[in-house]
Amino acid sequence: MNYFQLFDLPATFELDLTELGSRYLALQRQFHPDNFAAASNRDRLMSVQQTANINDAYHSLKQPLLRAEHLLALRGLKISHEQRSFTDPVFLMQQMELREQLEDISSSNDPDAAIMAVEQQLQQHRKGLLRQLAAAIAANMPDQNQQAAELVRKLKFFFKLQHELELIEQKIQD
Amino acid sequence: MALLQIAEPGQSAAPHKHKLAAGIDLGTTNSLVAAVRSGQASTLKNTAGIDMIPSVVRYGPDKTQVGHEAVAAAVADASNTIFSIKRLMGKGYTETLPLAELLSYQLVDQDGMAAVATREGVKNPVEISAEILATLADTASQVLGGELNGVVITVPAYFDDAQRQATKDAAKLAGLNVLRLLNEPTAAALAYGLDSGQEGVIAVYDLGGGTFDISILRLKRGVFEVLATGGDSALGGDDFDQAIVGWLQQKSGQQQLSHSARRQYLTVARQLKEQLSADTTASYDFSADQQQFSGSLSRAEFEQLCHALVKKTLRSCRQALRDAAITPDDVASVVMVGGSTRVPLVREQVAQFFVTDPLTSIDPDKVVAIGAAIQANVLVGNKAEHETLLLDVIPLSLGLETMGGLTEKIIPRNTVIPVARAQEFTTFKDGQTAMAIHVLQGERELVEDCRSLARFELRGIPPMPAGGAHIRVTFQVDADGLLSVSAEEKSSGVAAGIQVKPSYGLTDDQVANMISGSMQHARQDMQRRLLREQQVEADRVLEAVGTALNTDANLLSEDELTQIKRALASLAQVRQQEDTAAIKTAIEHTNILTDDFAALRMDKSIRLALQGHKVDEV
Repeated sequence: MNYFQLFDLPATFELDLTELGSRYLALQRQFHPDNFAAASNRDRLMSVQQTANINDAYHSLKQPLLRAEHLLALRGLKISHEQRSFTDPVFLMQQMELREQLEDISSSNDPDAAIMAVEQQLQQHRKGLLRQLAAAIAANMPDQNQQAAELVRKLKFFFKLQHELELIEQKIQD
Repeated sequence: MALLQIAEPGQSAAPHKHKLAAGIDLGTTNSLVAAVRSGQASTLKNTAGIDMIPSVVRYGPDKTQVGHEAVAAAVADASNTIFSIKRLMGKGYTETLPLAELLSYQLVDQDGMAAVATREGVKNPVEISAEILATLADTASQVLGGELNGVVITVPAYFDDAQRQATKDAAKLAGLNVLRLLNEPTAAALAYGLDSGQEGVIAVYDLGGGTFDISILRLKRGVFEVLATGGDSALGGDDFDQAIVGWLQQKSGQQQLSHSARRQYLTVARQLKEQLSADTTASYDFSADQQQFSGSLSRAEFEQLCHALVKKTLRSCRQALRDAAITPDDVASVVMVGGSTRVPLVREQVAQFFVTDPLTSIDPDKVVAIGAAIQANVLVGNKAEHETLLLDVIPLSLGLETMGGLTEKIIPRNTVIPVARAQEFTTFKDGQTAMAIHVLQGERELVEDCRSLARFELRGIPPMPAGGAHIRVTFQVDADGLLSVSAEEKSSGVAAGIQVKPSYGLTDDQVANMISGSMQHARQDMQRRLLREQQVEADRVLEAVGTALNTDANLLSEDELTQIKRALASLAQVRQQEDTAAIKTAIEHTNILTDDFAALRMDKSIRLALQGHKVDEV
């Protein structure tokens, strides 16, 4: 299913999120099961399936990483459930260093400052990768699509680190 | 595929006929029913002039009593008087054992599920809750002057799949048409939201008898969006009572209590708690197990007893805010729900945490039922246009058991529902034709820390080399938060058969048997009911297709139109007779004939929705 088509939006990586949000709500208003509470069984079932689709589409387009995955899948590059390991030694080294920094946070003298420092680094890396990703996807050539897939894989690591950082932050706050 | 009933703006799909609908707050301690009359939502009073009835059922020697009558007999007949049944909904027997010593009745194991031994035999929580629902529905029918077309029943946002399913089963057993299971906090916000028309982030702090819920909602241009929910399904006002009971026991030195003495202690504890909401000290004087006790409890002492409980609720609040990615100052208003929010300590602590005085203008005991009534009135079709759109979320993550006793999350908590997610599985042995899948609900990593929802067995997988079969399993959660699962082998297109065994629930057959087995529904009644259900369904199909033809007949060829019209005429005719099976067949026939038409209309309505939207922008 092409989620861009569902919302009648151009299939691009740069997306107007406000516009996406209001189109999402327009569709929800039309198809939400609450509109069909007194309708026939079949109509109710269909409304549930349709809204599930709309929710899934919105969820996938809202986040840059999932949006990129969807765009690449539309171009025939499926990477959402793949098992693959990295061979880029520079990237792996960088990941290991960041991971060490994460582990050191709880034992540091000023955990808040340490969290901030890691957060800033992660943000910078993410920004850079997202910029490259936008360019690669916009080019829409076989080589650039492959490159975009590689960038998505790398970004996933950064989002995972961000999540772990948040967990550490929570633990310290509690 | 189905045919969607789509009303053009300002024009309702059906000729206007006022339908009777009610909102039911099925609480742990008390229950209420409410309805919208002349545009106003209010609770409904029974013939005794009371709207709030205790959620208590007594299986007496010659009849079953519900509410105050049941409570009146509680001390004398403790083991047949069932309090707090909501705590046992959708629970396994072993799970409820820690509760056993707090209950005045005898828990028994009914095929792994918790049930109660009464003089009328073993009764399960679904049957007991159905008694309460039937009593409330009777009140509504009497006040509104007719049979109800549908009800909205509220459940704690934190209820898991098994607990929701049990609630729906209870309604079915009571003969009610459930329009929607609505989360209690959402209902409360709805009651306030429509009244004040305000916008912004709302926190609903709901401390009921047996459960605590915190929900973070955003209200913006008529859209209620649930940002996050959290809470504790085993923490509530009852725990305050238990804390006082424990304190009383310390004072009295009575460690072992008989069932009736326990009931006596609880009654005293509740009175003390309620009095301490108004006064700074409360005294007691009662007898239990042939001994007399008297003394007093100060508010300060009481607050010390329940301080830890209140703190526990605030921890859940913090987590919910985190999930919603907001801070306490982002919250514009706090809605208080549940009798226990009358406890001054609770109000103080909540005000302090959210840095704002909580809203209490609607009675915290009634606000949920009132919100449910408002939604029931909309859902049953008494309003031509929907002013509000309710986007709810799944309260707990759904996952699967993987190798090593670990849980893999398929649908994370706070995902907007309805939702469908697919997961692919493959065989790991040559020629493997079956596969077992274990569905779990919860946030923890280990299977044993999550709640088991169901076990599925996929059968009929075509024999292939290991890793050759790709089985796509789809998990779908509907607007009520209920899960259903389907599976398909992708390479062969064979739909794998699924056998569902709910871990803590009744199968469809068991529910059907309970309905036909219950005294109120003798065999003939059962058949009437099945006939009635098919007739109602036939009417819905006739109405939906009729409306669709009125607006979109041009999407059909001459031939298709003739065929559909013929099917409708035949369905209308069969519907007048009393042949349940024939009506069912005629409905199915009409459905098959209109499948393509439905798909066309669906596409058209998507375009229209987006088009209307674009016009708005200009």
